[in-house]
Amino acid sequence: MGAVVRTLPIRLEGVAFEHGATRLLGPLDLTFEGSQRTAVMGPNGAGKSLLLRLCHGLIAPTAGRVRCGVAGAPTDPRVRRRQAMVFQRPVMLRRSVKANVLYALNRRGIKGRDARSRADEALSMVGLQGLGSRPARVLSGGEQQRLALARAWVLQPEVMFLDEPTSALDPQAAQAVESTIQRFHERGTRIVLTTHSPGQARRLADEIVFMADGGVVERAEAEAFLTRPQSRQGQQFLAGEHTVSPAVHPRREDSHHE
Amino acid sequence: MSRYKLVRWAVVLGMALAVSLAHAQDRGFITIASTTSTENSGLFESIIPQFEDETGIEVRVVAVGTGQALRIGCNGDADAVLVHAPAAEQQFIDDGCGVDRREIMYNDFVIIGPGNDPAGVADADSATEAFGIIADAEAPFASRGDDSGTHKKELGIWSEAGVDPSGSWYRELGSGMGAALNTAAGMDAYIMADRGTWISFDNRQNLEILFEGDPILFNQYGSVLVNPEAHDVKHDLAMVWHDWLVSEQGQAAIGAYRLRGQQLFTPNAE
Amino acid sequence: MLDAFASALALIATVDAELAGIVGLSLRVSLSAVFFAGLLALPVGAAVALFHFPGRSAVIVLLNALMGLPPVVAGLMIYLLLSRVGPLGPLGLLFTPTAMVIVQSLLIFPIVAALTRQIISDLWEEYREQLTSLGAGRLRAIPTLLWDGRYSLVTALLAGFGRAVAEVGAVLIVGGNIAGVTRVMTTAIALETNKGNLTLALALGVILMTLTIIINGLAYGLGQFARRRIG
Repeated sequence: MGAVVRTLPIRLEGVAFEHGATRLLGPLDLTFEGSQRTAVMGPNGAGKSLLLRLCHGLIAPTAGRVRCGVAGAPTDPRVRRRQAMVFQRPVMLRRSVKANVLYALNRRGIKGRDARSRADEALSMVGLQGLGSRPARVLSGGEQQRLALARAWVLQPEVMFLDEPTSALDPQAAQAVESTIQRFHERGTRIVLTTHSPGQARRLADEIVFMADGGVVERAEAEAFLTRPQSRQGQQFLAGEHTVSPAVHPRREDSHHE
Repeated sequence: MSRYKLVRWAVVLGMALAVSLAHAQDRGFITIASTTSTENSGLFESIIPQFEDETGIEVRVVAVGTGQALRIGCNGDADAVLVHAPAAEQQFIDDGCGVDRREIMYNDFVIIGPGNDPAGVADADSATEAFGIIADAEAPFASRGDDSGTHKKELGIWSEAGVDPSGSWYRELGSGMGAALNTAAGMDAYIMADRGTWISFDNRQNLEILFEGDPILFNQYGSVLVNPEAHDVKHDLAMVWHDWLVSEQGQAAIGAYRLRGQQLFTPNAE
Repeated sequence: MLDAFASALALIATVDAELAGIVGLSLRVSLSAVFFAGLLALPVGAAVALFHFPGRSAVIVLLNALMGLPPVVAGLMIYLLLSRVGPLGPLGLLFTPTAMVIVQSLLIFPIVAALTRQIISDLWEEYREQLTSLGAGRLRAIPTLLWDGRYSLVTALLAGFGRAVAEVGAVLIVGGNIAGVTRVMTTAIALETNKGNLTLALALGVILMTLTIIINGLAYGLGQFARRRIG
């Protein structure tokens, strides 16, 4: 490994994503920098998950480009090493809780005692200390999501993307996840999360990026957007998010796991 | 158990298995290509242990049809052959595949068919007449059809009888003696079989011996060594076996073999 | 049929040494074949699932088609290879258990590889983004996916074992059914059938079936146990 490559700021320049003949996102310009917390909001199909995947380099834009730090692409391993992502339904590897965290460390070349102590630290950070030897797949939904957070945080990324991290959880488990995300931020990790819940956005975000139909409609301070949205779509969304597309369950929104 | 342990275990186990197999094959032995009829009769199970006791040489028998046995010999995959098709054996030597043919013993073929004998084979005076009767009656006849010694013999008799067997009554099976007998029993067909296989054969259903004793049905066995100049075979060990077969002890062992109280093979080495 | 079951029980009860040898050889040969075929087929199947390369579709079709490779053809190919006049003749492997392991490995390689490809390709759909995010490239994903798909992959290996242990044509040609050396359950069954000893043949068949059921049962039980213990 050479010098540490910074992943921030992340700049999307004229980025668009098309599937077949359908344009799903963009073209848009957007920058994430600083150390604040961003909530990406918007109705189903607005392109929120897509935006996160583009920033994390899981998919490539069909037009424009994503630049991380000075010159890196998000698919560059040195860049992605400084990023982490927590999926709406994270995949638990078929091994123990601790081995799941160690897996992430090993992939970045951290092994042995150093890796074990970092894994223990990450597990305590999310309140899973003592469950290290359990099979990951027997954990409850909330515990699994916290394990995913530990696995993402263990490399102390500059930025963490979270795709509706609590949408599949009951309120108590969701609260535990929220406070964990808050702790990560206090330790210096830039947070970018997608959410449907204005309440969650208020608790976890400093600013809101509001999307609709594959484009960014509004970007504002969280409190400002949540109390006085400027756009018509934003007003409609906050007035009754469930009327936007009532046929689709929120959990299915944008998901690539269905 | 951690995954590394599990994978390591699987590898160790697999290696151990493979090594145990490789070890099982390192003793002084020769390989003989012979015919299914000889193997099925139980002769080898009786005489080979005597040979092994006397000489300490292990004999491994690959039992196939005569044609394939000679093929295996010609490829050098056996050290000697023991078959029953004198003409083919001579060809085998002429082709440079084998050397030193010796006559060992004979048994005989019998004509078998359903007990009610619909074609009336039992009254025939010779094997060729019996075959002629079957052809005239177009009674179902099961032929080995596998280029074996028995098959060659059967074709020889058809040709003696002046019949070119064809038609739906003549069924070429392309299988070994026992399998052919199973099939013949299933379809109440006539069939020519060697006596040894017949005596040891249990699934007879309606089948019985209908005709026997004609000298044309005698079945001469010969032992031929694979040509040591053609292949790197175990010629010296095979020669011990070859010599033993025609020796006093070998001939006595062959003559002493009884299956269900009957002698199957008559030793006739010169 | 009842006779056959009675004979089978009697054979087992007397702990016949010859029978024990035949059963032992069957298991050792077929398990070795599963081992060697698996060693190659699991990574190859996974690689075909994960990597896109020219001719990949042809490889997939070929693997699927070779699942139906006739044992006799496989037997002939290995015979010609191992025969003294063949390219590997000097090794002297023809008519040995090793030859039978080789031919059975050849027969089950396509089965294990094709099933592995299917299993791993489904798993990759589910894991791709997560593994990419955690920093595992496609190459590194292969062992991860093989490990995480282990319960399904055991079934693929069992399918291979079933084909190997039940197969007669190929081992007859390259093994030669030599008593005490290369005689396995299936060739013994074929021999007894040819002798007209149908009851004995069926009894051996009953024993073979029972063994296969026991091995599958063990694999299933171990899988359930492991699933509870390590998820």
